[in-house]
Amino acid sequence: MAEFFTASVLVTTFAAGVRLSMPFLLAALGETLGQRSGVLNLGVDGVMLIGAFFAYWTVLETDSRLSGVVAGLLVGLAMGVLYAVVTLVFHAEQGISGIGIFLFGLGMSELLFQELVGTPLPIPALTEAPIPLLSDIPGLGTMLFSHSLLVYAGVVLVVLLTWLINRSTFGLDLRAVGENPEAADSLGVSVIRTRAIAILIGNSLAGVAGAALTIELGTFQNNLTNGIGFIAVALVYFGAWRPFGVLAGSLLYGLVTATVTQLKVLDIVSGAAASLTTTAPAVLTVLALAVIARRSASQPAALTVPFERRH
Amino acid sequence: MAQKETPSHVELDVSRTGKVSPLWWRALATTLAAMMVLAACGGSDDADSGDDASDSADSEESSDGLRVAIVAPSAENDLAFTQSIVEGVDALSGVSEVAITPGTFVVEDAATAIRDYANDGFDLVVAHGSQYGGPLEEIAKEFPDTAFAWGTAADTFGLENVSAYTAASDQGGYVLGALAASMCSKIGIVGPIAVGDAKLYVDGFTLGAEDNGAEVDVVYTESFSDTQLASETATAFVENGADCLTGTAQMTVGAIGVAEQEGLLWFGTQSDQTPAAADGVVVANQIYQWEVVLQDLVDDVTGGATGGEVYAIDLDNGGLTIEYGNVDATDDMTSAVDAASSSVVAGDVETMIEG
Repeated sequence: MAEFFTASVLVTTFAAGVRLSMPFLLAALGETLGQRSGVLNLGVDGVMLIGAFFAYWTVLETDSRLSGVVAGLLVGLAMGVLYAVVTLVFHAEQGISGIGIFLFGLGMSELLFQELVGTPLPIPALTEAPIPLLSDIPGLGTMLFSHSLLVYAGVVLVVLLTWLINRSTFGLDLRAVGENPEAADSLGVSVIRTRAIAILIGNSLAGVAGAALTIELGTFQNNLTNGIGFIAVALVYFGAWRPFGVLAGSLLYGLVTATVTQLKVLDIVSGAAASLTTTAPAVLTVLALAVIARRSASQPAALTVPFERRH
Repeated sequence: MAQKETPSHVELDVSRTGKVSPLWWRALATTLAAMMVLAACGGSDDADSGDDASDSADSEESSDGLRVAIVAPSAENDLAFTQSIVEGVDALSGVSEVAITPGTFVVEDAATAIRDYANDGFDLVVAHGSQYGGPLEEIAKEFPDTAFAWGTAADTFGLENVSAYTAASDQGGYVLGALAASMCSKIGIVGPIAVGDAKLYVDGFTLGAEDNGAEVDVVYTESFSDTQLASETATAFVENGADCLTGTAQMTVGAIGVAEQEGLLWFGTQSDQTPAAADGVVVANQIYQWEVVLQDLVDDVTGGATGGEVYAIDLDNGGLTIEYGNVDATDDMTSAVDAASSSVVAGDVETMIEG
C-alpha cells in the first residue's frame, strides 16, 4: 500500500481522475440545465453516442479535432430539437421518450459506424495543453494545469452555468419554470421557450461530451459510452442540481475510478478484492443518491411534469 | 357572448397562442417515441421471428448448403471476439446462408435470438459466448433436430445436438509473450474478465513473457466493453513504466489508442488489430481461424450428425496463427516466434496457470 502513497503516484492518479471525469461533467452539466427547467432526459447516453460517432467520423474525414467537437455539438443540438418537440409540443412522457432517444442514439450510431467506417480506425487524440507557468508548479501543475482544452472548457462551463442559473434573467426564468411553471406563465415567462432553450443547450453539451470521449480515446466503437450518460443523470441528483455540485460528483467518480485502476496496476489489490473494488464508483454513486434522497426538497418541483396552459 | 362549443369527448387545452392541443397529439407523441424505440432496435437485431435474418456479407441463398446463424455478444467489427467468428463462418464452404445477431451481451437477448433462429429452421446455430450456456442447454432440448454450437466452451451438456468449440489461446498468448519479451522489458496486460479464452490468453502471454525475462503486470477491468476504462488502465501502465501493451476483448481499442499515442508496441489477439493503430504499433496478432474446426462441424452436420463433439483450435492444427502487424518483422522476431511455437506444440513449456 505504501507505494500508492507516494507523491508521483498520487499526482498522476489525481490527474487521471480529472481526465476521467470530463465526459461525465459535460453531460451532467447539460442535464442539470434541462432538469432545472423541469425536463428529465434519460436519453443523454444516446445523444452522447451519436455525438461521439459524428465527431469521430468528422475527425476521420477532416483530421480536425475542433471540427469533430463542433460536429458533436451540432448533432447534440439536432437531438435536442427532436427531444424538445417530443416533450414540449407533443407532451410525451419524459421517461419513455428519453429511453427512446437513448435507443435511437445507440442503434443509429452502430448502424452509421457499420456503414460509413466499418472498423475502429484511429483518429488524432486529445493532447495536453499545459497552462504556462501554472503547469510548472510541482504536483499541482500535473494535477490541475496540464490537461486538454476540453477539461479547461468544462471547468469554465461550471462557472458560466452557475452564473447563468443564479444571476441571469434567463436563469431566473429557468428556475421559475422548473419550480412552478403555472406561476411563471402567469408572470409572462414563456415556459415552453425557456424549457426548449434548456433542452437545446443540454443536448448540445451531451453531444460535446460524446465528442470529448471519442477524441480523448482516439477511436470509436459501438456503445462507446458504456453508460456514461446514465451516470451523468445520477450525478445531477448527486450535485443537487447545482453545477459546482455536479463538478464535485464528477470529480469524485473520476477519482475513485482512477484510484481503483491505480491500485490494480500496482497490484495492491488483486483477485477477488480487485473485482470488488471495481464496483466502488457505482456503489459510491448509489450511496450518494441515498443521501441526496434526504435532500429531495431541492429537486425542481415541476421535474418531469409537462406544462399545459389552461383557461 | 356566444360560447365556443367544446366537444365533450375530447379534452381541450388552450395554449397562449390559442391553438388547441387535443388528446390525439399525445397519442402521436407516444407513437413517435415508440417508433424511435423500434427503429433503434431494428438497426442491430436481425433475428426477428419469421423474418429473413440474413445480414452478413456472404453467400447468396440457394438450396444447397447449410443455413448457419451466429449469435454473438459484441459488434461484427470489434476487431476481437465476434469479428473472429464472423470471419470464420464467412470462410466456410457448404453454407448457403449466414445470419448474424451481434451485440447480444445480455443473455436474455441472446436466448431470444437463438430460439428465433431455431424456430426459423436454421440448420446450425452458433452461440458465440461463454455466458450463453445456461439458456442454450434449455433451447437445445426443445429443438432436437437443430444443431447448436457453443463457444468458447468444452461442454456439450451430454446433448447429441450440441457441439462445443474452444481456442487454446494460451498457446498463442505464450508465443506472443515470448516475442514481446524479446522487444520489451515491462509489459502491461489489459484484461476484461478473468474467464474463458480471455484468461487463457492472459495467462499464456504472462508465462511466455516471464519465461523469457520480461516483467508483466496484469489488470482485469471487469468489463468486456468499457473502452474508456481500458484506455485508463493502459495509461496507468504507461505511467508505471510499461513499454509494451497487450489485451483482449473488444474494449482493447481503448488500450491500443494509448499505445499509439504513447509510442508503445501492441500485441493483439482474436482478430487482426492492425487497422486500429498507425504504422509501427501493432507487432503481431494471434488470429483465431475458427473455420479450421467449424468446417469439420459443418461437414459433420451436413453428413447427418447434429453434435456431441468438442472442437479446439490450436497452433498445431492451424486454428491459431501468429501474423505480423505493421511493425517490420526482423529475423530476431521470427526466430523468437518460431522457437516459442515449437516449444508450445512439443509440450515443452507450460502455457496455463492453475486457478
